[in-house]
Amino acid sequence: MGTLDSRVPKGDSLSDKWSNYKEHINLVNPANKRNIDVIVVGTGLAGGSAAATLAELGYNVKAFCYQDSPRRAHSIAAQGGINAAKNYQGDGDSNYRLFYDTVKGGDYRSREANVHRLAEVSGNIIDQCVAQGVPFARDYGGLLDNRSFGGVLVSRTFYAKGQTGQQLLLGAYSAMNRQIARGKITMHNRHEMLDVVKVDGKARGIIARNLITGEIERHSAHAVVIASGGYGNVYFLSTNAMGSNATAAWKIHKKGAYFANPCYTQIHPTCIPRSGDYQSKLTLMSESLRNDGRIWVPKNLDDVKAIRDGSKKPTDLSQEERDYYLERRYPAFGNLVPRDVASRAAKERCDAGYGVNATGEAVYLDFASAIERYGKEQAKINNIDNPSSEKIYELGQAIVEAKYGNLFQMYEKIVDQNPYETPMMIYPAVHYTMGGVWVDYNLMTTIPGCYCIGEANFSDHGANRLGASALMQGLADGYFVLPYTIGDYLADDIRTGTISTESSEFDEAEKSVKEKLAFFINNKGSHSVDYYHKKLGNIMWEKCGMSRNKKGLEEAIQEIQEVRKDFWKNVKVPGSLNEFNQELEKAGRVADFIELGELFAKDALDREESCGGHFREEHVTEDGEAKRDDENYAYVAAWEYTGEPSEAILHKEQLEFKDIELKTRSYK
Amino acid sequence: MNLTLKIWRQKDANDKGKIVEYKVTDISEHMSFLEMMDVLNEQLVNSSDEPIAFDHDCREGICGMCSMYINGQAHGPDGGVTTCQLHMRSFKDGDTIYIEPFRANAFPVIKDLVVDRSAFDRIQHAGGYISVNTSGNTQDANSIPIAKDIADEAMDAATCIGCGACVATCKNSSAMLFVSAKVSQYALLPQGQVEATDRVMNMVAQMDAEGFGNCTNTGACEVECPKGISLENIARMNREYMKATSKG
Repeated sequence: MGTLDSRVPKGDSLSDKWSNYKEHINLVNPANKRNIDVIVVGTGLAGGSAAATLAELGYNVKAFCYQDSPRRAHSIAAQGGINAAKNYQGDGDSNYRLFYDTVKGGDYRSREANVHRLAEVSGNIIDQCVAQGVPFARDYGGLLDNRSFGGVLVSRTFYAKGQTGQQLLLGAYSAMNRQIARGKITMHNRHEMLDVVKVDGKARGIIARNLITGEIERHSAHAVVIASGGYGNVYFLSTNAMGSNATAAWKIHKKGAYFANPCYTQIHPTCIPRSGDYQSKLTLMSESLRNDGRIWVPKNLDDVKAIRDGSKKPTDLSQEERDYYLERRYPAFGNLVPRDVASRAAKERCDAGYGVNATGEAVYLDFASAIERYGKEQAKINNIDNPSSEKIYELGQAIVEAKYGNLFQMYEKIVDQNPYETPMMIYPAVHYTMGGVWVDYNLMTTIPGCYCIGEANFSDHGANRLGASALMQGLADGYFVLPYTIGDYLADDIRTGTISTESSEFDEAEKSVKEKLAFFINNKGSHSVDYYHKKLGNIMWEKCGMSRNKKGLEEAIQEIQEVRKDFWKNVKVPGSLNEFNQELEKAGRVADFIELGELFAKDALDREESCGGHFREEHVTEDGEAKRDDENYAYVAAWEYTGEPSEAILHKEQLEFKDIELKTRSYK
Repeated sequence: MNLTLKIWRQKDANDKGKIVEYKVTDISEHMSFLEMMDVLNEQLVNSSDEPIAFDHDCREGICGMCSMYINGQAHGPDGGVTTCQLHMRSFKDGDTIYIEPFRANAFPVIKDLVVDRSAFDRIQHAGGYISVNTSGNTQDANSIPIAKDIADEAMDAATCIGCGACVATCKNSSAMLFVSAKVSQYALLPQGQVEATDRVMNMVAQMDAEGFGNCTNTGACEVECPKGISLENIARMNREYMKATSKG
């Protein structure tokens, strides 16, 4: 077991670290930047913003995405918003408060200095995006509007309808387009990175497959940036896109990048419940709905039964017959508790038999009170005396529609029920992974010259991410952090010249990639890739899901190993190598998910405490809340690959909290 | 429900391609259309046939990757949705469903139902941006108030997901709705004014160079657009273009 150096600048107070550090790191002269190449893998908020900014600075950027355009990266699906400590509402927000909320929300398992930096640059992100033409929501005075998200007591979330991720990504995409037009970014769409190439210990390129022709290509650079997103699809069913995968992150792990805290996974409380075995993915209903929606299940099991068999409708139940369990358990934060808390509370009620749909895995998210409240408010504004309840409903519904219309429409399309008339049914689903590739303060992995940004790294959200913070982190890394820190490393490369792809290192990497692909095509097994992916997903959900225990995790490790063995023996991939072959793409990704799943279970087993999204049944307080063990587990678990996930070596980065006192997280 | 599917199969860009018939059984009305395609593909893999290639990713109607032409309609019979949001409850037992790729000269077929929409990217490269570097020193986001109705209108234009349904459904394969959505977003906002002239000229020039047809005001694009992008955007782009050309 080793220890890790986070390279957080010593000295200075927390709030001065980043500005002092920036002023003293090495720079690359503008004339030299044009002799330096940088590869960026992934074009979501982190990768897209990094590619654009690095190109603006003058580096030659080679960007890769598996989609047909950078604009389709899964950041596009983020709905609710982006946090920034602008304090436009005058409600007491500040960089410190955003920093504090994020560290507390992460259950004191994130790196203090990184989170403070994130809070410091949050305001710049909003300025930058507005300058790019991102159409954020505004109030009638023409100024930017805010909404509230879970786990905080201020209103600091900027949004663009329920499509904030889309608008921010299209902003980064537009910045990329400007650089593509200038020739500073060479864009490789429909390409998938299949390995990183190290020369003299440094990351110097990648092997990528052209997904249209199947051609295996070599690309060299002075540094490689991985921005390939999270690994939520290890569960098969998640809110991730179908193509979201961990391959780039896992390949660098196998070449020497430590993988940190894989067991920290966010299960989002408000998703549309699953309906059948054919289900291919789960759909999120934005956390912003919890601003106005109240979550409940019936108080009496008889009513649950009646609702399930259709003899009662949820709207038949009086207020007294409903259990608004979040408001009951957490009066201070109510329906706006953080995601991990809300998810576990839903599971607790459903496990106790109060689930309201046929599968017993659903709770209500109800807008009736909000409609009434807004209706009365509007009646007052419009000088309507003694409005009828129909009028109140009509006025209130219009407001709810203006705020959440696209989400309500999405719900109705999927579930075929009108959420204005009957409460939505929701259940937690895998949404985001806080764990990821270990990086230091510079966002560099343990492979020199290999960086990792956005959801793919581990650094900022600890054991639980707060709503609207993923967009903030992706853009902070890409626009405002990496472009500085990477210069410090590249300053040593101004005399290196172009990296040749004609070297034994590239030969070897290409050969092993080709062999693996050929194996899949030639195996002619008996089961499809999806068959294995679903098997893996089932183990992960049952044993590494919302609550975990020693026995289950040990079983999970064993079962995943069996799935892996069976996969490599019996997987069936039709078609050929040199063509557009989506089954072949999936095979490589699932192979990596199976290995990652095993490390995930191992990490969860090792962490003998409950914190954030990681809930160990052995470690609970008397009232059923997560019980941390700061004395023994206030560390980042960074795993070193040694050939088998089960034999990974643990390296600890001890977390220091100088500006924040470690406290039991309470939202009561 | 049991269905007969008539699906366009085309090995690669050079292949001539043809419709092939498949059967699927026991399809649940709650399945999404793409989940029905998953069932068919699993069937094909298990019988050692090549599965049908189709583009899809987020499966929640926002990435713009899915792109099928179903029974003669881009994204199928439902209004205001992408193919991935279409559910089987829109069909009935015994139906025959025709599934083809988006067709346009500027969108060549890559394989089966997958088409190449990179022409859209190239139009965006020509001017779909505001020239502002990332510095951390741009002015405060609230320094230029923007009237709510203008900001909302810009947002409505900006919701375009770039799926290409407008092109696929247009008898002229025109990309005017797509291009005008971006031109409008920036034309409405103060930040977009500085480069407005060059932007509309360059984007329109690239649109023409890619081989998209012209607009004859039929309005099919607006009807088929899963995001309800309005024809008003085309009118606005035409005004912007007129303004730009008269400036010289």
